[in-house]
Amino acid sequence: MSNMPSAATADAICRHTISVLVDNEPGVLARVIGLFSGRGYNIESLTVAEVDITQSVSRITIVTSGTRMIIEQIKAQLDRLVPVHRVRDLTDEGRFIERELVLVKVAETGEKRIEALRIADIFKARVVDATLSSFVFELTGNGEEVSDFIGLMAQLGLVDVSRTGVVAISRGPGGL
Amino acid sequence: MSDPKLTGADILIKALRDEGVEVIFGYPGGAVLPIYDALFKQNDIRHILVRHEQAAVHAAEGYARSTGKVGCVLVTSGPGATNAVTGLTDALMDSIPVVCLTGQVPTHLIGNDAFQEADTTGITRPCTKHNYLIKHVDHLARVVHEAFYVARSGRPGPVVVDIPKDVQFAECAYVEPQVTGHKTYRPQTRPDPVRIDQAVELMATARRAIFYTGGGVINSGPAASALLTKLVRMTGFPCTSTLMGLGAFPASDPQFLGMLGMHGTYEANLAMHGCDVMINVGARFDDRVTGRIADFAPGSKKIHIDIDPSSINKNVAVDVPVVGDCTYVLEAIIELWQARHKRPDQLALKQWWAQIDQWRKKDCLRYEHTDKVIKPQFALERLREAIRGRDHYITTEVGQHQMWAAQFLPFDQPNRWMTSGGLGTMGYGLPAAIGAQVAHPDALVIDVAGEASIQMNIQELATAVQYRLPVKVLIMNNQWMGMVRQWQELLHGSRFSESYSHALPDFVKLAEAYGAVGLRASRVDEVDDVIAEMIETPRMVVVDMRVDQKENCYPMIPGGRPHNEMLLGPAENVDQATPEQGMVLV
Repeated sequence: MSNMPSAATADAICRHTISVLVDNEPGVLARVIGLFSGRGYNIESLTVAEVDITQSVSRITIVTSGTRMIIEQIKAQLDRLVPVHRVRDLTDEGRFIERELVLVKVAETGEKRIEALRIADIFKARVVDATLSSFVFELTGNGEEVSDFIGLMAQLGLVDVSRTGVVAISRGPGGL
Repeated sequence: MSDPKLTGADILIKALRDEGVEVIFGYPGGAVLPIYDALFKQNDIRHILVRHEQAAVHAAEGYARSTGKVGCVLVTSGPGATNAVTGLTDALMDSIPVVCLTGQVPTHLIGNDAFQEADTTGITRPCTKHNYLIKHVDHLARVVHEAFYVARSGRPGPVVVDIPKDVQFAECAYVEPQVTGHKTYRPQTRPDPVRIDQAVELMATARRAIFYTGGGVINSGPAASALLTKLVRMTGFPCTSTLMGLGAFPASDPQFLGMLGMHGTYEANLAMHGCDVMINVGARFDDRVTGRIADFAPGSKKIHIDIDPSSINKNVAVDVPVVGDCTYVLEAIIELWQARHKRPDQLALKQWWAQIDQWRKKDCLRYEHTDKVIKPQFALERLREAIRGRDHYITTEVGQHQMWAAQFLPFDQPNRWMTSGGLGTMGYGLPAAIGAQVAHPDALVIDVAGEASIQMNIQELATAVQYRLPVKVLIMNNQWMGMVRQWQELLHGSRFSESYSHALPDFVKLAEAYGAVGLRASRVDEVDDVIAEMIETPRMVVVDMRVDQKENCYPMIPGGRPHNEMLLGPAENVDQATPEQGMVLV
């Protein structure tokens, strides 16, 4: 295949963000997830929601990793599922934006509580719940920013984390 | 005036009729009673009552494989559906188009652990090409039409339609099949001309080319087999085939090297190993074929023609992928090859054939014939002679006898050979033979079986007898699970753990008990007469062919070894030659 990688890069593991448009029918998510578990592929993150209510179409964003051959295989396997409209490899197709939302609860008093608020401010996280002994922060960013924020909060009374997983969209005027 | 309303069961029957269904293989039960009632009231669709739902699917596979049509199955909910799972998986692995209708408990009971409830769509999701649960009768006709479209389009496969009992009673207007394309599933069948160009140019530069053909050629239809034959003869290249592809190119043609792979011929495997250009037509680089991937056809450029893009670069990286239906792809290649007056280096081709003829001289399928015991290979050679010139359909079970059948029987036409290749399902052959015989009532249909495999669906003798199907079951009875015994002998120090067929039934009496004819051959001089009698008897016949208990199937490429490290016979000691890592492979 003309676009096959050279031997040196063939075994390199890389991370890919893949967008999949599917008919929003019962079992479609199970089909996608079953494909990954059945064939032993990685899922780093998977998000899904309906994006076109009139046509009943959902968009799945999958972050996965593997060798070039595995990534190509994942895309081909996804593409042949009957309810799949389109499969796009955002990582391969140029620049794209990745976002994730996280809710982080910290419970601490005194200096640590103040430090948590200060760091939240630096990250431009919003306080969405506050008591005298706790905060819930909301932060939107790419996966790395979100992980960094959680890492810092771990030392400042982290109690609970809830992440949405990654959603992504390509830059520029083109659509999926 | 609006269209008249029909019940779900009647809509289903009408939809099946519109999809060209003539035969359904099935088994009734509580959740499909309305459908059986609708079947009772019509005469267009024939129902074949099997004795186990697994057999219903295999019979539909045999029907589909021998006709090129979609096979149809009807089973009840719960155990009916779970029993069908092995057959569905078999059809998925071998890309056989089957639509399996399953009954389901009424929609209001789904999820309540109702009697004979199973999560059929959940269970069958990984073993079907697609499946549907019909929640409302309004969707029924459209979904049934879609199921047939999905089953036969692109790479064919099994599709399950799960129909709750209340949907079978509910009423609505019928919907005709749509001629417009499917919303999302539109597999590419026409090849990219750029790839055709690359393929033709690569083939034309070949010095040691080989065609490696598979089940995709059969699935594409008889036209693909004719085109393949034409292309192979035009180029002068040798041709080998996978187990699933046998019959696509005539086995009697001098350009045919026999089957390749684990029990393929010496010449086919060495030609694959030594080729410089490989033209894969509708095969999928299965591990039974490639042996050790790292040493597979080293130094070769590969063209891969497949209708399923996910088959390409899955196991083996290829140089020219051609996605499309074999018929269209072969047509395009032939056209361009002729238009450009391609003629590969004739001297190189002559040398290549000289080399292949050297390999052929090994006579790798030879065996030690004796008068004392019936060698299984001898029995199959005699069968080959006996069926020559007759319209015959061969099915097999799984094991040594299957490989011997593939090696020794003649396959000159497509759709005449039905075997469980991908899944390796013991118990496949008898029901598949029933399906083929239903489709071809006057043809000679023979299930080449082993005494262990045949017992996995032996109950289907009753089905064959009920419908007066003159299926022949030729049991190569060596009293062992032969392939298991062979691996234990070669790889596990002859510790024959649980592979002996104890307490075998008397197959002759068993056949008679079912109302079939039982025959037995125990001596070499009985073989011809018994085979002749089997063929001439216009009834269901079971032959107990008592063959050598110790014979092994050669040639053999042990697991994890490359093509050029074949064992040709018992004289070669696999024990010392087999690396530890080879043993863990299947």
